[in-house]
Amino acid sequence: MNTVAELPALYPALPEIVLAVGAMVLILMGAYRGNQSTGAVSGFAVMLLIAAGVLVALMPAETQTTFGGSFVLDPFARFFKVLALIGSAVAVVMSSEFLSSPDRQRFEYPVLIVLSTTGMLMLISAGDLIALYLGLELMSLSLYVVAAIDRDQVKSTEAGLKYFVLGALSSGMLLYGASLVYGSTGSVTFAGIAQGAQAGGVGLTFGLVFLLAGLCFKISAVPFHMWTPDVYEGAPTPITAFFAAAPKVAAMAVFVRVATTAFPTVVPQWQQIVVFVSIASMALGSFAAIGQTNIKRLMAYSSIGHMGFALIGLAAGTAEGVQGVMIYMAIYVAMTLGTFACIIAMKREEGPVENISDLAGLARTKPGVAFLLGMMMFSLAGIPPLAGFFAKFYVFLAAVNAGLYALAVIGVVTSVVGAYYYLAIVKVMYFDEPAPAFSPMRGELGVVLAVTGLFVLLFFVWPAPLVDAAGAAAKSLF
Amino acid sequence: MTIGLGHYLAVAAILFTIGIFGIFLNRRNVIIILMSVELILLAVNINMVAFSTHLGDLVGQVFALLILTVAAAEAAIGLAILVVFFRNRGSIAVEDINLMKG
Repeated sequence: MNTVAELPALYPALPEIVLAVGAMVLILMGAYRGNQSTGAVSGFAVMLLIAAGVLVALMPAETQTTFGGSFVLDPFARFFKVLALIGSAVAVVMSSEFLSSPDRQRFEYPVLIVLSTTGMLMLISAGDLIALYLGLELMSLSLYVVAAIDRDQVKSTEAGLKYFVLGALSSGMLLYGASLVYGSTGSVTFAGIAQGAQAGGVGLTFGLVFLLAGLCFKISAVPFHMWTPDVYEGAPTPITAFFAAAPKVAAMAVFVRVATTAFPTVVPQWQQIVVFVSIASMALGSFAAIGQTNIKRLMAYSSIGHMGFALIGLAAGTAEGVQGVMIYMAIYVAMTLGTFACIIAMKREEGPVENISDLAGLARTKPGVAFLLGMMMFSLAGIPPLAGFFAKFYVFLAAVNAGLYALAVIGVVTSVVGAYYYLAIVKVMYFDEPAPAFSPMRGELGVVLAVTGLFVLLFFVWPAPLVDAAGAAAKSLF
Repeated sequence: MTIGLGHYLAVAAILFTIGIFGIFLNRRNVIIILMSVELILLAVNINMVAFSTHLGDLVGQVFALLILTVAAAEAAIGLAILVVFFRNRGSIAVEDINLMKG
């Protein structure tokens, strides 16, 4: 028997392999050189993530599969992989100040982010339930540890513990769903499930519900959002920035892929669930954020709401809707990273602060930062001509074209309610008596803020590249 | 009486429910939560193996093996986080995990 011929063609998984091998090299480097190598390890981690991004971008455009169909590389996967890699790389860059203080020099941190990103890429490319589960766990297990990385702070460890307990519960539910789906369709591959699902049945419905519940947890959609505010608040701010961007992208990608490629024959069943989850997330994200005083908690509720908006596109169940989800996630990542660059820079002589009242009068002490943060808030609220408006526009358009008028109307109403607390922050920055000024913003945060700010501000001038890429990528699923 | 697929599924469903209730009703100790999580994964494994034999398809058993492996890693990470939490807080009672609320 010729075993060489049976080896899987590894080429489509090259970025993942580069990241995995690179992570191991970085661990060795850290183990030999100790914690003073943290800066170097971070630098190499960013380079690795960029290299993986370049490799993903250079992959041929047609759909390829490997590992017996478990690993799918299509334009959809490439779009989300680039997005996740950008989110992770920027998160590592924004952590450089956090990692430079002497008692927090831990080389494990960038290594864990690289490993978690490897999991995200595997998750995005998953072609069956086994690959989905392994990718999800590789991503989540690293996330639990980074949440608790500030191990002398009780808040950080509490965040890690809460995230772990609820995350383990959600992967248990996801697995139970996977086992029921496997039992009722006789297959774990998405194509096989799609074929077997035509028969329907109670087992399949239960399996679908459990599977989607597990995925809803990962994108922090209501009713599985309980962990989000606590983890966002407790984890150190650069890590919160990481949580808010890349893992959400990967989880949303796999949510869309499972719904559209594994269950295209039972659309009405998952559509009901997605519509309910979407409405509940938008409503909770808008109303619960109003009373918040901590800006990280506020961003947690904001991200719950944004996941609800993105799910509107999926609820439409069309290629146009999936295109909307992709555009939404790309713009969401830019807005989130920009906002968190400002939150990380909220720092006085005595240490970091995170209350909204600390932003008072920022327009007088730091007009540039206040302008960009204000713009991010307008964009998060969805006010034209900023990018956040177009993100919402494409998903609402898809919902209306699919006949989901009620969902689109509820989306518009909740986005108006949500605008209240975003504008409240602008009001605090521009019209309140100034609080003591923050310490100067570090260079890398300024660069992140400027780049995301330009993207958000000028997206409407030239939206074609992103919109076309998302459109082409969405077609590869249908 | 022959023991068929239905019996295995019933056992797994009961174990899964006990696991879920163990997480939500338990107010005393985080270790019990970890045990409940293991119970849930065990229920899934019984399901997987039962379906695998019933369908005559090996993939379910492969899946079960991978779940076992990941469950071990998950338990290790959970205990590690629990240890750092205990060092800071001096307690692992569930009602003491309450610094952040709202």
